Amino acid sequence: MTKYVIKRVIAAILTLWALVTIVFFLVRLMPGQPFTSPKLPPQVAQNLMKYYGFDKPLIVQYLQYMGNLLHGDFGFSMKYTNKTVNYIIGQTFPFSADLGIRALCLAISFGLVLGILAARKRGTKIDFFCVIIAIVGTSIPDFIMGALLQYFFGIKWGLLPVAQYKGFEYTILPATALAFYTLASVSRIMRASMLEVTSQDYIKTARSKGLSELRITAKHQIRNAIMPVMTMLGPTVAAVLTGTFVIEAIFAIPGMGKYYVQSVNDNDYSMILGMTLFYGVFLVTANLIVDILYGFADPRVRIGRK
Amino acid sequence: MAEQEKILEIKNLVFTFKTYGGEVKAVRDVSFDVRQGEVLGIVGESGCGKSVTAQCILRLNPEPPGFFEGGEILYKGQDILKMDNKAIRKIRGREIGFVFQDPMTSLNPTMRVGAQIEEVFLGRTDVTKAEVKERALEIMKLVGISDVEKRYKQYPHELSGGMKQRVMIAIALVSKPSVIICDEPTTSLDVTIEAQILELLLELREKLGTSIIMITHDLGVIAKICDRVVVMYGGKIVEKGTADEIYYETSHPYTRGLMTSIARLDTNRGDKLTPIEGTPPDLFSPPVGCPFAARCDYCMDVCNQYPPEQYMLSDEHMTVCWLQHEMAPDTEFRRTKGEAK
Repeated sequence: MTKYVIKRVIAAILTLWALVTIVFFLVRLMPGQPFTSPKLPPQVAQNLMKYYGFDKPLIVQYLQYMGNLLHGDFGFSMKYTNKTVNYIIGQTFPFSADLGIRALCLAISFGLVLGILAARKRGTKIDFFCVIIAIVGTSIPDFIMGALLQYFFGIKWGLLPVAQYKGFEYTILPATALAFYTLASVSRIMRASMLEVTSQDYIKTARSKGLSELRITAKHQIRNAIMPVMTMLGPTVAAVLTGTFVIEAIFAIPGMGKYYVQSVNDNDYSMILGMTLFYGVFLVTANLIVDILYGFADPRVRIGRK
Repeated sequence: MAEQEKILEIKNLVFTFKTYGGEVKAVRDVSFDVRQGEVLGIVGESGCGKSVTAQCILRLNPEPPGFFEGGEILYKGQDILKMDNKAIRKIRGREIGFVFQDPMTSLNPTMRVGAQIEEVFLGRTDVTKAEVKERALEIMKLVGISDVEKRYKQYPHELSGGMKQRVMIAIALVSKPSVIICDEPTTSLDVTIEAQILELLLELREKLGTSIIMITHDLGVIAKICDRVVVMYGGKIVEKGTADEIYYETSHPYTRGLMTSIARLDTNRGDKLTPIEGTPPDLFSPPVGCPFAARCDYCMDVCNQYPPEQYMLSDEHMTVCWLQHEMAPDTEFRRTKGEAK
């Protein structure tokens, strides 16, 4: 097990290295350059370029950047010239993560419950209701969902605040909007997976032992049905935790998403790189955790114990 | 054979599946009984309704789409078809055990073997946890699993096919049921393991006095272990009797067909097997007459028009075939003077 984890961690580091390297060279292929505002006097722009080391050969820049990375230094932003990328992530990530964790809890718990209920009550009104939620959730984009929630809960009924992030009641609408898509996919996948398990022979065996339907679902179906949901959750967790531009923009939440999208428009190389790497770390870690959790859910993929 | 107590009686059972394409009449008026301590074989080719019949006994067929159109299943005098879910659950596992066809897929891959055996005792207050474990280990030993303490903690994927089937049998037997139903328990195993499993079943019957219903399409299995045999075709019983009667006094062309289509050790090289030509009837719209008529070499006009009557050839031996009628031509199947039951 330890050997497996070590192997996976090394692979993860290599993945991240490849990610940084590719992105490092790709951003430089983008049209435009960081300091191209017409308001900027040419001399100042040139000084800035020199300050950030753009006058040196590309390979030197790359080695320098990698050297800094080893100390965990993402460098200075090229847009917000007096702030480091680390500082901006430090300021914005807590908001994204907070919102993301709430959304994830909501999505996973309700998604699983709905999926399980729908499968157990297949063909009934409950099933129909869950399927409708799944269809609506996966087909309505989150910006429309966000706007709808704001309109009804915030403006029409005046129940909840529509923007900013200053306390529990502020989190409800954005978390719901963010959770909805994931919730719908989780419930859809769980339902399908549960139904597949229901027709397995071992469920009949369980029934032939005289077990109650509740016990059969709890002990025999769920654990066997949950694998596809776990597979899907790896990347989702990373995406939801590191902020989504749209939801954060609609609800005026000072999260990471806005900076990430903006950095591309600004040709803010160090910001693009820093945030991509940060996101990459999350994605790789989430997938690693899912792989390890697989072993807990299904003994067949457990790797040599002891 | 001495008069034995009837432990299970199936009377005029009719079970149908409702599908989008229409109703599939899977079991059509089937009656037989199971006696204390005997091995009853149910034989027939795929799709003849033998598995559905067996699963009816524990009501394991999905309902819906399946439903009972009629009949009674009396277990120790009580009709299983009239019981509510709670009462049936008490019969399942505890009174009647079930061994399924495919041990590879019939065990839960995410549960330890020991836990799957012990589950049968779930919700019972008359045994303690320690006793349950003891019983589980004891039954595992009894069905020939070696190194039980280790196996107890293993998962199904760590066991071989034969071991898995032994675990299935252990699950079916752990609560010392009066009947165990084995639905083709050896079909997916190789021949040496098959022999061991059959041997084991007979041994367990001796030790525990359990009645066994053995469902199979393999007449070899029947010959090895069964006391009495029910031959099914197209959802109906075509012949039933003691194993000797079925083998030596075959009175139905279908039973004969099953026998001539298996390979034997004394068959000469180059001799061809005689298969039964054609396919089983479409149970969406079963034939009005004898279900086997379309494939029968001895088919007469009456066979296509009227369902054959039941002829009792001895106390046990019954056949459902017009060839037994007094006006039928003499054939090798003739065992009576032709009075219907």
